[in-house]
Amino acid sequence: MNFPILSSLILLPTIGAFFILFTKSTSGKYQSSKYVALFISLANFLLSLYLWYVFDKNSADFQFVENREWLSGFINYKVGIDGISILFIILTTFITPICIISVNATITNRLKDFLIAILIMETFMIGVFCSLDLVVFYLFFEAGLIPMFLIIGIWGGERRVYSAFKFFLYTLLGSVLMLVAIIAIYWITGTTDVEKLYELGIQVEYQNLLWLAFFSSFAVKTPMWPVHTWLPDAHVEAPTVGSVLLAAILLKMAGYGFIRFSLGLFPIASENFTMLVYILSLIAIIYTSLVALMQEDMKKLIAYSSVAHMGFVTLGIFTMTQQGIEGSIFQMISHGLVSAALFLSVGVVYERHNTRLINKYGGLVSIMPRYAIVFMVFTLGALGLPGTTGFIGEFLILMGAFEKNILVAMIASLGVILGAAYMLWLFKRVVFGKINNQELKSMKDLKTFEIITLSALVIPILFFGFYPEPLMNSIEASVENTLNMYNFDLINNLASKD
Amino acid sequence: MENFQYILPEIFISVSIMLFLLVGVFKKNSANLIYNLSNISLVILLALIINLSSLDTTYLFNKSYLIDNLSNYMKIILVGSGIFVMLTGSKYIQVINLNKIEYPILILSSILGMMIMISSNDLIVFYMGLELQSLALYVLASFNRDNLLSTESGLKYFVLSALSSGLLLYGCSLTYGFSESTNFDQIFINSTEFNYGTTFGIVFILVGLAFKISAVPFHMWAPDVYQGSPTSVTLFFAILPKIAALSVFIKFLYTPFANMNDQWQTIIVFISIASMIFGAVAAIGQKNLKRLIAYSSISHMGYALAGLATVSNQGIQSSITYISIYLVMNLAFFSCLFMLKRNDKYYENIEDLSGLSKKHPILSFSLLIVLFSLAGIPPLAGFFAKFYVFLAVIEQSMYFLAIVGLLATVVAAFYYLRIIKIIYFDPEKEEYEISHNLGLKITLAISTIFILAYFIYPSGITEIVSKITMI
Repeated sequence: MNFPILSSLILLPTIGAFFILFTKSTSGKYQSSKYVALFISLANFLLSLYLWYVFDKNSADFQFVENREWLSGFINYKVGIDGISILFIILTTFITPICIISVNATITNRLKDFLIAILIMETFMIGVFCSLDLVVFYLFFEAGLIPMFLIIGIWGGERRVYSAFKFFLYTLLGSVLMLVAIIAIYWITGTTDVEKLYELGIQVEYQNLLWLAFFSSFAVKTPMWPVHTWLPDAHVEAPTVGSVLLAAILLKMAGYGFIRFSLGLFPIASENFTMLVYILSLIAIIYTSLVALMQEDMKKLIAYSSVAHMGFVTLGIFTMTQQGIEGSIFQMISHGLVSAALFLSVGVVYERHNTRLINKYGGLVSIMPRYAIVFMVFTLGALGLPGTTGFIGEFLILMGAFEKNILVAMIASLGVILGAAYMLWLFKRVVFGKINNQELKSMKDLKTFEIITLSALVIPILFFGFYPEPLMNSIEASVENTLNMYNFDLINNLASKD
Repeated sequence: MENFQYILPEIFISVSIMLFLLVGVFKKNSANLIYNLSNISLVILLALIINLSSLDTTYLFNKSYLIDNLSNYMKIILVGSGIFVMLTGSKYIQVINLNKIEYPILILSSILGMMIMISSNDLIVFYMGLELQSLALYVLASFNRDNLLSTESGLKYFVLSALSSGLLLYGCSLTYGFSESTNFDQIFINSTEFNYGTTFGIVFILVGLAFKISAVPFHMWAPDVYQGSPTSVTLFFAILPKIAALSVFIKFLYTPFANMNDQWQTIIVFISIASMIFGAVAAIGQKNLKRLIAYSSISHMGYALAGLATVSNQGIQSSITYISIYLVMNLAFFSCLFMLKRNDKYYENIEDLSGLSKKHPILSFSLLIVLFSLAGIPPLAGFFAKFYVFLAVIEQSMYFLAIVGLLATVVAAFYYLRIIKIIYFDPEKEEYEISHNLGLKITLAISTIFILAYFIYPSGITEIVSKITMI
């Protein structure tokens, strides 16, 4: 038996959290606990890079599979990765150390508890992307609610209680139906093992209902219009680091779930409901872009832009084309990096000036030139300028959409323009113009740790924007395999009808 | 006499009760002594029962008493939780001046009554056990006799419980009248054909039992009694009678009335759904923690009954697993309550928990774990309890029950979250004295670790429970 590398990847942050529990909390500025957390998360990042290195990119099979008896007779603990999940795992392990470094600025009280919460959160997030059993997936998917609830509730802003409750209850409500569906799948097919389910397939008559049950959970988590309303609240009230985690990784769980479960397990239902997803995605793209345009709060604006970007993702996934799905995955990774960066950038000025209202700022370019540069990169990344990751994702998605439905693609393209509008307008109002607010003049430019975190994000955004090959290589085989299975099932189904 | 060993635990505990009573009468100031002796006798009792579990299924006293896997398992968790109830409450009853010789003796007699209930295989034996446990419970509820609420709760419990016992007896006599026997197996054999008499009998018996388990719509006593009784007695109420009543439920439904499942299944489904919803909704507005936990236990009983409604072994096993995990969660929750002491006064309002996490991080972390577990959030033990139940429910394609049940968990999550919010998000209050009672700390530690680490080896309880087959 090989070394259980995935389980160690999942468990390492929890073990780190245990260590932090025993570090001193009274002396100094809580340094020791922070270094332990940073060390653990960096170790995890290196481990995941190693995983990417040894990972066979030409194979569409699940690799590093671990299969252990867990709930005797029912369910096995099964984890494994393919080309899609590895990227999300790396995204998670990459974002976590950045979060831990930026903890400096935003978290003043109970730092130790906060670090523990983040590390536990990392465990659950990696678990979601690794799990190859529906019950194990559900376990990780739901368990993430606990640390996130605490992160928003304890360290959040003024209306944190309301937001934390809304976040928790919305997501839980969506997920319980998925639990029903998972158990139903168990009794229909006799297993919840994803690989086996791919082979066995699920009878057509059950697919629609099961698809809807899964959809209810993923739609809330994505979030899709009209169940997106928890997201702006959660983002605005969460501490900067919480917003980063939420935007960069938590939202991706649902997109990942769509590809792995909705498409993989219920191909016929996915085909039936394509139009529904298109319409909801288009509404998300257009409507939330318009809403974003009118926001006065920077965080809220970025939150709404997240909804719009995730609208592109769901649209891309359900085009069921190679380009569309690859674009969606790329868009998710890109959004993970860009939105994390944007939230951190907002955190930078918020920490100095204690407000997120756009009209309190202006003319930052003359006070904080370095900040203006990185913020510009992120803005351009968010609006999808060629040369940034955002462009490749949106471009591929639109390509896939044009192939399937021109009208949908045209409306979605409109979203790209709107995206450019709200992002550029935000940039103009915050960075350019005259300094109206004299208090701004005392603001200092980026500190060292901010330069580290923000440039750590600039590099991949630009690098993969110019050279997307490594990411594309990784996902290509798996996406192709997913699509082949999907088309195979569709053809079979048509054949059986005739 | 060759069957003597089977009944040994019951004989042992009866003898202990009488002995302790004598000691209490003739030796002055022996309350502490008897309390400790009772605890020791419970441990011995547990050992005796575990010793029995290796033996085969046996009928005693002309088939009116049954020792089998179900009764053994139920007795083990019953007596086991009895020990922990005594351990956690010892400091509490000293502080509020309830340390009298009657207290442990009443608890022991109540446990004896429950053991008889669990093992009974005859209507008369069953009723005897039921009354023994109830009479002890009436007194326990009003044990704090100088307290208005406590006496009120005792009286309320007595009146309502007597009413339900009356209904139960009426049901028993109807059943006896139409099936010509009081023996469970004989009733099963004689009640193959449908007749209204037995159906009425079932309904009345179920009403009586639903009252004991505090399922909606026979739950009215629970909040008042939970709130009024001394907290140690509330803990007792929250766990032990539920175990006994649930095993009697299983016994009634699957031995004498097993043939009539189309008659009682709808009733159980209704009671279960009503309890889940009502328990979840009514708890939202509560201010008192004991009252809140009363509503929460109502809804938990709804889930336990949902397993029984499936008419399958899987369902029965899931219910038993559910109650086993439920009792651990309650033990942990009440252990936390016993720790909220300041200047010899215990606090039991939700507001008293405000900002607890700043001064008492470990205690609040335990509460956090317990509350999320009660809400059924993975990966804690409470999730697995619900998971097993819904696994069984969906196996029988009872999707409506499953979906309503799971939606009720979302509603219930709200009030558990509210407590967490008060502990973690609200401004802090005065510090509590952390009680240095060892029994309390051990109980809290064991139960919290159980809840937290359950997911590492979740098949432990299920493997034991899977030996229990009724159908």
